[in-house]
Amino acid sequence: MALYEHIFIARPDISPQQVAALADMIKQTLEEGGGRVCKQEYWGLKNLAYPIAKNARGHYTLLNIDAAHDAMVEVDRKLRLSEDVLRHMSIRVDEHEEEESVQLRSKSRDDRGHRSDDSRARPDTRPDTRTDDKEEAKA
Amino acid sequence: MTNGKSNFGRHRKSCPFSGPNAPVIDYKDIRLLQKYVSERGKIIPRRITAVSAKKQRELASAIKRARQIALMPYASE
Repeated sequence: MALYEHIFIARPDISPQQVAALADMIKQTLEEGGGRVCKQEYWGLKNLAYPIAKNARGHYTLLNIDAAHDAMVEVDRKLRLSEDVLRHMSIRVDEHEEEESVQLRSKSRDDRGHRSDDSRARPDTRPDTRTDDKEEAKA
Repeated sequence: MTNGKSNFGRHRKSCPFSGPNAPVIDYKDIRLLQKYVSERGKIIPRRITAVSAKKQRELASAIKRARQIALMPYASE
């Protein structure tokens, strides 16, 4: 069947156990429709790049899914109805990543590195020929 | 004899994604995507980053997906 990568963001004020329950609900819905979840990754409570429904943080979960289309439609319907899910996105892919995704891998690498978070402000090495940013800065 | 155009940027950089061990464009890999986004969060045009057209399309769709799931901002002051 088709392979999908599915990510959903849950409200910050629910517990990780409830997030796992959401993921189990999705897994169960898929199994009813003849699909299955190949891998499940919980990325934890992350800061959102912009507020969604007045929330600045959210529980991120990634699911690698192998299911038919109508099972995915059912999952989509259920997630729309659920109040705990701020946003969800499923993407059809050709093959699943076996090892952990970049989010978890970069976290494990960061723990070893001494770099703190604010060191990620990149020095702007590109020749700054973009004029629109300069006008905005001046305005 | 200046042909009105300085030689700056005359040496064409090769596309960073066409090499043998080129990084895979993935909407979850925000560390890679951030290199191709301006400080304001806007996608940098190909003429500056010298990315091939096909890879720029993949890059743009990955950035837009990352923005959709709030891994990357639409605009950042």
